[in-house]
Amino acid sequence: MTTLRPDLAVIAEHIPAGAKVLDVGCGDGTLMAALRDKRGIDARGIELSPEDVELCVSKGLSVIQGDANRDLAQYPDDAFDYAILSQTLQTAERPDLMLDQLLRVGRQAFVSFPNFAYWRMRLSLLVNGRMPVTRHLPVSWYETENIHHLAIADFEALIAQKGVKVEASWFFGRGRRFGKAGANWRAEHAVFQLSR
Amino acid sequence: MATDLAPHSTRLVLDAPLPLDSGQALDRVEIAYETYGTLNADGSNAILIFHALTGDQYVASQHPRTGKPGWWSRMVGPGKPIDTDRFHVVCANVIGGCLGSTGPASADAQGKPLGMGFPVITIRDMVRAQVALLDALGIGRLYAVVGGSMGGMLALSLAANFPERAERVLAIATTARHSAQNIAFHEVGRQAIMADPNWQSGEYYGTGKAPDAGLAVARMAAHITYLSEAGLTEKFGRRLQDREAKSFGFDADFQVESYLRYQGLSFVDRFDANSYLYITRAMDYFDLAEEHGGKLADAFRGTPARFCLVSFDTDWLYPTSESRNVVHALNAVAAPVSFVELSAPYGHDSFLLDVPALDRVIKGFLE
Repeated sequence: MTTLRPDLAVIAEHIPAGAKVLDVGCGDGTLMAALRDKRGIDARGIELSPEDVELCVSKGLSVIQGDANRDLAQYPDDAFDYAILSQTLQTAERPDLMLDQLLRVGRQAFVSFPNFAYWRMRLSLLVNGRMPVTRHLPVSWYETENIHHLAIADFEALIAQKGVKVEASWFFGRGRRFGKAGANWRAEHAVFQLSR
Repeated sequence: MATDLAPHSTRLVLDAPLPLDSGQALDRVEIAYETYGTLNADGSNAILIFHALTGDQYVASQHPRTGKPGWWSRMVGPGKPIDTDRFHVVCANVIGGCLGSTGPASADAQGKPLGMGFPVITIRDMVRAQVALLDALGIGRLYAVVGGSMGGMLALSLAANFPERAERVLAIATTARHSAQNIAFHEVGRQAIMADPNWQSGEYYGTGKAPDAGLAVARMAAHITYLSEAGLTEKFGRRLQDREAKSFGFDADFQVESYLRYQGLSFVDRFDANSYLYITRAMDYFDLAEEHGGKLADAFRGTPARFCLVSFDTDWLYPTSESRNVVHALNAVAAPVSFVELSAPYGHDSFLLDVPALDRVIKGFLE
């Protein structure tokens, strides 16, 4: 658990033992393996990269190779207690529709994403006049997978518009976790726990 | 013919008649099988491997007819992904086959070969026979059932019809039902066999003449479906066979022709034409959803097994979309399932060939 990224660690902390979990964009299965090994949770995953799926299978995890933009639709309603989307929302073709799918297949959802309104981003754009390349978003605009950059305030506006309830939220910057105050300025990334 | 093709295999005769989907039953069913590794004391380390259409029980041992190594010896053996130091591996010839299990070349009560008197069987009938074999061997619950192509259909059928018999189900390059295109290719093969005058309505045993030409053509047509266009192009292109120029005749000018002719000719030495008819028929009849009221998910409802499906990006015989159908059905009933489409240049045959990623997936899934 020590190696978990801060956003994954906070998600793992808040999922009760015995829960049914779908990790959308599960990567090499780090979170799923931690949930299984520390909490006895049998999580399922979807991952686009065949190499990552192979790694997951070799860890004994149940992961299907697929594209979350399309394949979430294949799961029945309420199939999971929690659907997790970590650092993937900004790569979705339609983040709004993906949120709908998350909260359809899961009763609750954990969503984490990088905050494009983080002050260093704003400053970098203001001073340099070019799309920021930072520690958290290290890839140039032309090759980044992040096709829908968003700010925490954008996310909050979207879920308010959808009538989605925020159960909890966590904000991180420079390796530290802090409160909601000024988060849209201060946070490099955010985690939201949502329910319908 | 059938019985002497498998001189080294262990055989077992089932005590009870085997009920068939057709409503008939087969008496005194004989099953030829090979085993590798040792069954542990509580019988919990058994893996059943199902072979493909023209495969056999010699998964990791020398084929008695061809002298070649087992068809999956790269995957099965000590220290291999299916590790026989750890697992007790069972592989049996399907019924309808020609390597020692009861099939069309087997004798009836009067000692006469059954030929077309052998009943039409299904994938589920083949599974029933092998479950009866497991019963006879004292193997209750399999650690895993594994199969590629038709072997994958058999594995899925076992999972659907005998859900308590396997903890893990690994189905590779396969489908839950034969498509119109799949049936069409098989029909070409069957017609080639039946159009051969030596077929003699299936009563060719003991006549000294067998429909070798028809069976070879059937194999040639089928073999094309096992390869990818890119693979064929890379392997043969338009290169000529042992000659500088085209012959302006109908000799095997091209390497690909020569290769296919060789595939056809060598196949007839190890396979019986009537078995080819019966097994392809069983595959064509296969539709796991139809067996379960029309909804594939219902075939797997309540399954206690873990599943892993693997497809190959160049397989156009059982393409990735077919594996995804199965995955979606398993998702719909919340079964634990892994799925990966692997990239390999060899088409459908990739599951038999050197694809290291497949080794890793299989080894990982069996951990």
